[in-house]
Amino acid sequence: MTRIFVPRDATAVARGADRVAAAIAAEAKRRGEPVQIVRNGSRGLFWLEPMIEVTEQGGRRIAYGPVAEADVPALFAAGLGSGGAHRLRLGPVEEIDWLRRQERLTFARVGLTDPVSLDDYLAHGGYRGLRRALDMAPADVVAAVTASGLRGRGGAAFPTGIKWKTTLDTAADQKYVVCNADEGDSGTFSDRMLMEGDPFCLIEGMTIAGLAVGATHGYIYLRSEYPHAHAALEQAIAVARAAGYLGDDVLGSGKAFALEVRLGAGAYICGEETAMLESLEGKRGMVRFKPPLPAVQGLFGKPTVVNNVITLAAVPLILERGAEFYRDYGMGRSRGTLPFQLAGNVRRGGLVEKAFGLTLRELIEDFGGGTASGRPVHAVQVGGPLGAYLPASKLDIALDYEAFAAVGAMLGHGGVVVFDDTVDMAHMARYAMEFCAHESCGKCTPCRIGSTRGAEVIDRIVAGRDRRANEILLRDLCDTMVSGSLCALGGMTPFPVVSALDHFPEDFGLARESAHAAG
Amino acid sequence: MTHPDEPSARATVERAIAATRDLPGPLLGTLQAIQRELGHVPDWAVPMVATALNLSRAEVHGTLTFYHDLRGTPPGRHVVRVCRAESCQAMNGARLEQHIKSRLGIDYHQTTADGALTLEPAYCFGHCACSPAITIDNEPHVGVTPERFDALLEGFAQ
Repeated sequence: MTRIFVPRDATAVARGADRVAAAIAAEAKRRGEPVQIVRNGSRGLFWLEPMIEVTEQGGRRIAYGPVAEADVPALFAAGLGSGGAHRLRLGPVEEIDWLRRQERLTFARVGLTDPVSLDDYLAHGGYRGLRRALDMAPADVVAAVTASGLRGRGGAAFPTGIKWKTTLDTAADQKYVVCNADEGDSGTFSDRMLMEGDPFCLIEGMTIAGLAVGATHGYIYLRSEYPHAHAALEQAIAVARAAGYLGDDVLGSGKAFALEVRLGAGAYICGEETAMLESLEGKRGMVRFKPPLPAVQGLFGKPTVVNNVITLAAVPLILERGAEFYRDYGMGRSRGTLPFQLAGNVRRGGLVEKAFGLTLRELIEDFGGGTASGRPVHAVQVGGPLGAYLPASKLDIALDYEAFAAVGAMLGHGGVVVFDDTVDMAHMARYAMEFCAHESCGKCTPCRIGSTRGAEVIDRIVAGRDRRANEILLRDLCDTMVSGSLCALGGMTPFPVVSALDHFPEDFGLARESAHAAG
Repeated sequence: MTHPDEPSARATVERAIAATRDLPGPLLGTLQAIQRELGHVPDWAVPMVATALNLSRAEVHGTLTFYHDLRGTPPGRHVVRVCRAESCQAMNGARLEQHIKSRLGIDYHQTTADGALTLEPAYCFGHCACSPAITIDNEPHVGVTPERFDALLEGFAQ
């Protein structure tokens, strides 16, 4: 029987994947050709979605896209099942240049397999990492993660192994593993794609984390904006539980690990780890003081490993192939790969998993093909709403944690939002303050009050009232927010604001000299 | 507004409380369960939840009003959510927002006079490679232009 792959990924669905799948089923029935439709993850070439695939004789996967419902009868007539010629035929998947130039480690299976089929997962290397971990002492599992150089992929880039060791070394009657799946940053979607396209990988990573630190219970805190990811996770967890990969006796090891998904409720601040723990405890998502660190006193006051989706999903491979294998990718202190996400005004948006070290220009021009509008790239925001805006003249920067930190920016979760020259950067700076005011938990004053005052000061500058004095005031306010806020929301909202002011003063009605003098 | 005297609504709230009260840290889950059933969390449910979970009404109210998803009043028959975040702004999202507001004649957090549509802002659906994005009743739409929105709206015209 012909297998036809049609992505179940939410963006592919938004571009019509469900309708295409239905059209394929209807056309196959009409022709009396038996087909099996597999709803795979997305390969991340979103301008080609819905991108459907078939397996050619010899096993190669052939892609077609972007496919509309109306194309389906003609595709069948062209011999879709055997990879026949058609104007939408993209050729063998592994030969698509955009994919061939990537280093897909964490995303190796996404798009390839049926995300909720355990057999498919096992046939493509799944659960080898867990089996390896079960044969090791917990401290050795932690040591392997430390040696791999893996750092938190959620944005803060804290060494994962050190976090795990802290929890391992803290004695307690109960410990937890919490996956931060509250991917709220605009321009990011790698967590979503992984959870929809390879949920077992996250489940396996969390199970390994649990065994390593002695935690028997895991939570995935998933944002409510991701219903498709929710469905995939629930399906996969049920399958893993039924097959003995989760539960009281993981693979007969005598060790327990239970896992459940908890949904957020539309609060950006709950992506901050301590606010997330409060939310998991059922309360308002108020940021906690640190210390104590969550690794020592986290969920319900117990030692808790909190990691991002991509961090945890990198772990099975590190255990399977060894720390050196992973560490050999990357540059400097940024080891391994990062799934970059190309977004905003970009011609070819999508997921690019590469070793650290390629330049922002390569990412935007070679992969992205420039802007969707065809106008010049004017500004790029890397790392979400709290990331700095970089001007077009700074695109040769290497994508590496330290290189970004050196210019007052951050790589964060690897989201890249491109703007063309129609953008008003004073408006974007104001939006950053407005967003902070909207999402502030309200616990600390610089964030709660500063964000509202910041928006007002920007309004005054744009309106031409005492521009010079108000610019100084705005920079001073930003200093206060950076130094005085409790968490990254108030502490980093100044990054987009000040970078907009530094690089695009004319959008605020300020002269370039004035900005430099004050800056 | 769902009325407290409506026995079925009361029973629904009681069921939602019973199903969630034994969870560790139940409050948010309880409120979400009530909203899943009734479409909102009515004022009269707040003291019921407070009593059942041994919390003050202020704690319940504080949590209910903290989370953007939770609402105290019923939404319209359909809910349109428009992404306001950076990636969508980079693709004319602000123009789309203005169009949708003027087309529906309402601002965010409002419902059309006929009760058909509620408009809510959103901050990222993770479709950033195909901005701008909106959802209508949780169904995602990407690359939305004002013209495309008007066509989608036709499908919901009552």
